[in-house]
Amino acid sequence: MEQQLVALTGNEAVAYAFKQARPHVASAFPITPQTEMMHKFAEFVANGEVDTEMILVESEHSAMSAAVGASAAGSRVITATSSAGFALMWEIVYIAASLRLPICMALVNRALSGNINIHNDHSDSMGGRDAGWIHLHSENAQEAYDNGVMSFRISEHPDVQLPTMVCYDGFIISHTADSLYMLDDADAATFVGERTPKYALLDVENPITVGPLDLTDYYFEHKVSQMEAEQRALPIIDQVSAEYGELTGRRYEHFESYKMDDAECCIVILGSSAGTTKAMIDEYREKGIKVGLMKIRTFRPFPNELIADALSGMKAIAVLDKSASFGGFGGPVFTEVRSALYQTGCRAPVHNWIYGLGGRDYDLHQAAHVIESIDKIARGEEMETINLLGVRL
Amino acid sequence: MATNLKKLSKNPELLTGGHRACAGCTGSNILRQIMLTAGRDTVVGGATGCMEVVTTIFPYTAWKVPFIHNAFENSAATISGVETAYRAMKKRGDLPVERENMNFIAFGGDGGTYDIGFQSLSGAMERGHNMLYVCYDNEAYMNTGIQRSSATPLGAHTSTAPAGTVKQGKEQNRKDLTKIMVAHNIPYVAQTTPYHWRDLATKVEKALAVDGPAFLNVLMPCTVGWHFEQADAMQIAKQAVESNFWPLFEVENGQYKINKKPKEREPIEGWLKQQGRFKHLFKPGNEGILEEIQSHIDTEWEKLLKLEAMSNGE
Repeated sequence: MEQQLVALTGNEAVAYAFKQARPHVASAFPITPQTEMMHKFAEFVANGEVDTEMILVESEHSAMSAAVGASAAGSRVITATSSAGFALMWEIVYIAASLRLPICMALVNRALSGNINIHNDHSDSMGGRDAGWIHLHSENAQEAYDNGVMSFRISEHPDVQLPTMVCYDGFIISHTADSLYMLDDADAATFVGERTPKYALLDVENPITVGPLDLTDYYFEHKVSQMEAEQRALPIIDQVSAEYGELTGRRYEHFESYKMDDAECCIVILGSSAGTTKAMIDEYREKGIKVGLMKIRTFRPFPNELIADALSGMKAIAVLDKSASFGGFGGPVFTEVRSALYQTGCRAPVHNWIYGLGGRDYDLHQAAHVIESIDKIARGEEMETINLLGVRL
Repeated sequence: MATNLKKLSKNPELLTGGHRACAGCTGSNILRQIMLTAGRDTVVGGATGCMEVVTTIFPYTAWKVPFIHNAFENSAATISGVETAYRAMKKRGDLPVERENMNFIAFGGDGGTYDIGFQSLSGAMERGHNMLYVCYDNEAYMNTGIQRSSATPLGAHTSTAPAGTVKQGKEQNRKDLTKIMVAHNIPYVAQTTPYHWRDLATKVEKALAVDGPAFLNVLMPCTVGWHFEQADAMQIAKQAVESNFWPLFEVENGQYKINKKPKEREPIEGWLKQQGRFKHLFKPGNEGILEEIQSHIDTEWEKLLKLEAMSNGE
């Protein structure tokens, strides 16, 4: 398949992915750092490159509300948000998933208020981890684009019917020019296909009621059907990714394993920080330290068995969280990974580093510190379970 | 507009009976009348509230047209999404069933419209969606237990602004939402009641015929929250108009028209006396509140007459 090598920011790359999927409706409200994605998309609409109808709402709450209406109507829908905008959508984020509505959203990760901060961490999407969406994390513009294209196939799959958020780090990915390969519009359109909903509000000949009052006698069963849909999404994400891999040569798994084959210890991480970590892993490999990296792409549904299997041979595991769970025992990625490992025989120490809150730079020194620490732990040294990285104490 | 009872009675019932509204509820009556006019090619969105709760308890639904309930504060935004999807899909020939025209109706109670859903409503109206928003205004949050809203009139007893030994119910006048909607410069805004069925049907017809957003504010006497005999609901609606408490008027492209001018307006006391929520106002010492209510009604009526006169170029 011929692909074009282009230089784009992450926001532009995702705007192209969304344009190529030809959504019927885009509803959005501006918030930094997501804005440029919708600017680019609006340009496509203004220049007739895509005939999407835009709903330029008065808040993120209405952005998600209109997306719910448009998706229930039977159309293909996109939206985008970050941080406080996602928080304002909160109630409707849950409703979108509960009503089993495919919606593709660019979630450009930014720290939650307060205090107000426009830079990257994962506190926004992590707060929505129990909302019933599919979360796909991206390391760079290429991955954000690829996840963007694939998100429609995953969300709209008849066995899934769940909304997807394509997560990528604010500014670090969203605003940084990067080189990536893009499909031709026609090839992307063929891959994505058309949405064929089983039920649609606009089918007035077969009227349905969406979102009824659901009490003690049925609500629980409906929640179970959501849980099951999330589980069914795991193999479908893989199936779509395999098909996409054949088309593009870029095959995505639920997580990427970097130098894990002979690794004795490893770092588990999400998003753009993986690149910095890989660079440092290369240096420590040269020093003879057998360290690897697991970069999680599918955070929801959480591929716990696959992750546990991949980690069960480790002597020590470092999990890096770019968000805090206040009052909890470690960050959300740590909690998930450690819990997944419990079902295996593996009792390797799992340690957590919380880093980068509010966009605090994650640099090579911090990566080196984690590698050295986890190597020491692998060799029997005792250390705190929950740690902080790059903060003044 | 050629609305008549004979024609309406032949239209299909799109809100079936057997739903769980209270005996004497005028809300289901309002929706039924609206649907008789709107017809089958209509998508309805309802805010959380009495009418949503009583018509859609899973696995039952009273709706014979497509219906969506999303949340409390967003029925306008939700229907704006449905309406936009219709335009986008029609343009590409992607509609599940071909329809040259469809109606999109969002409704909410006064809580979902005047208060928590106000921003969503204002946004949808400003964006110019081809949709009708209907507020069924029963002047308090009835679904959650008769709490005050910004539509509750001065002096009314509610569970959050009760009449007690030192306070006499709500201490503020109601918000004039209909005029706020007029200020959105949308093509059609009107007020009516379920008693005035011909007026209601005509207004729904007009509202659905305009190209763009329309807003209809319908007074909904509530036997539970207003405390009156179930059989008296329609009479209460009638008297609300005859006392000028709730004038029937419409604003087409900015031009005011009063649809009914009582020959001699009834003093408001008669209307208030029939409702338990105003009972305390007739205790000695509360005469001032009664006077304030009457004076507010008369002032607002005078303003309305002037707006109509201005519209007529007088």
